[in-house]
Amino acid sequence: MTNEKKQELDALCLKFRRTLIEILHEKQTGHPGGSLSVCEILTNLYFNDANISPENINDRSRDKIILCKGHAAPMLYIELAHKGFFPVEELHTLRDINSRLQGHPCSKETPGVEASTGPLGAGYPLALGVALADMHDDIDAYTYAILGDGEINEGVVWETAMNASKFKADKLITILDWNGVQLDGTTEQIMPMGDIELKWKAFGYNTIVCDGHDVAALSAAIETAKSVKGVPSIILAKTVKGKGVSFMEGKNTWHGAPVKDADYEQAMKELGGAQ
Amino acid sequence: MAKAIREVYGETIKKYGELNKDIVVLDADVSGSTKSAMFGKEYPDRFYNCGICEYAMMGMAAGMAKSGKIPFVNTFAVFLTTLGSLAARTFMSYSGLPIKMMGAYGGMSDAFDGATHHALEDIAMMRTLPGVNVMVASDAQITDWMVKTAIEVKEPMYIRLSRDAAPDCHPADAKFELGKGMVVREGSDVTIIACGLMVSTAITAAEALAAKGISARVVDMYCIKPIDAELIEKCAKETGAVVTAEEHSVIGGLGGAVAEVLAKAGCAVPTEMVGMQDRHGESGPYKDILHKYGMDAEAVAAAAEKAVSRK
Repeated sequence: MTNEKKQELDALCLKFRRTLIEILHEKQTGHPGGSLSVCEILTNLYFNDANISPENINDRSRDKIILCKGHAAPMLYIELAHKGFFPVEELHTLRDINSRLQGHPCSKETPGVEASTGPLGAGYPLALGVALADMHDDIDAYTYAILGDGEINEGVVWETAMNASKFKADKLITILDWNGVQLDGTTEQIMPMGDIELKWKAFGYNTIVCDGHDVAALSAAIETAKSVKGVPSIILAKTVKGKGVSFMEGKNTWHGAPVKDADYEQAMKELGGAQ
Repeated sequence: MAKAIREVYGETIKKYGELNKDIVVLDADVSGSTKSAMFGKEYPDRFYNCGICEYAMMGMAAGMAKSGKIPFVNTFAVFLTTLGSLAARTFMSYSGLPIKMMGAYGGMSDAFDGATHHALEDIAMMRTLPGVNVMVASDAQITDWMVKTAIEVKEPMYIRLSRDAAPDCHPADAKFELGKGMVVREGSDVTIIACGLMVSTAITAAEALAAKGISARVVDMYCIKPIDAELIEKCAKETGAVVTAEEHSVIGGLGGAVAEVLAKAGCAVPTEMVGMQDRHGESGPYKDILHKYGMDAEAVAAAAEKAVSRK
């Protein structure tokens, strides 16, 4: 990735974080922690690596992005709006009655949303199904599945992993938003998963560990994933829950807490002051 | 002896698989039982044996449906509708993806395996999901039609099959329609509304009732959702008494659906419900457990007599 591109994506990430805090403060509902941790992962995909846009959305040969951790919907909506799938102003209707922007993504209602996710784990086999259908029809496209690290407590994730491995789903690129925190506490406290990389390896995956807040590192990891044939790849992206807002970082309490006035002032100051 | 419904299904899905290359078939390590293996043997590149991963299988089917495939998902009805239910709710119902859930071994047809393997709540569970069509196969001919309909109609479907054989209960030129039921025997004193293997049981019951001077009409309500409310109301008005007969809990299945229609129509006629009476079954020969739990022709006839006596 060129320095220029990196700067461009970093600037977008800062803008999206500010928008997120603004919207969640305005609405007094929605999930800040996981939205902030997945920001670079989504931004690199939508604005760099994945071939997807409002123009090619109905073309099967495009890439697909499936946000399995559906509670990060606010960040997904911000990406989609800035990508041109719907007006940016519509972001202010998040979670409103009659809004297309549901609390968790709805594929029927919201342009650009690939799958209705929210029930954790459920999106992952769907992503595999999309990848397998493309592989069957020799469509040269990638399906990106983004999992949370709390989400991988779900048994269906490992059922899917076995199937991805069995069916040699090398067009499925999984990215784990590895922030170490879930709703009730740290992943260590709630459900210690042991050696996560070893677990995925044991399920037959090619594993790549990278800094999940470094867009260049994420993009390089995707390149590596694409070069490995015959097995599925997972990018274990090390992230920080609540990334960018000091008092939210690493705190499970910010999984779904409302952003109060004082939080808003402080967060916006940290994200570049009044602009 | 008529062919087992599962055999008919296996042959049918193989037959249509030849005609439509968008069909994909998924199974969870029971393809030898569900007979989806007959498709798998013929079209290995469109057959996915997902192992004992029912939830993931349903999710994978959702992804394939999203990509334009017509996925037929197979395993025992009891596991498909419980382990697969979250994916069914999220992807088939909420997202409208046209997955075809094929519930093998419906009712107590997996008799010897016992209560853990009997599907007696599946219809109730699937019927509550918005936008999901629910059908129950009563004989070989209608099984073929259901598979064909599932391919042609781009909507989510739950189709309940049986492990066992069912006597033919429709004329060769029968015209089935999604959202309709069919009168398979005329009668004027009571209407027995049945589904699945209970349709032929109801016909047997109607014959016994005739000997006693009771004229029983029999309806095959093969489509439980959307349900043929018009036919139910008409039969209730014309015969003045209704019996529902299903190999399913009397709560929430065909009996529940018919009762909802009658209540809504303000058409209060004596109604009896034949089915599992809010309990679980046990192992045993199929015929014997159907008898013990009140789902044989004798039970249907008794319910009809009771309904008529309440007029």
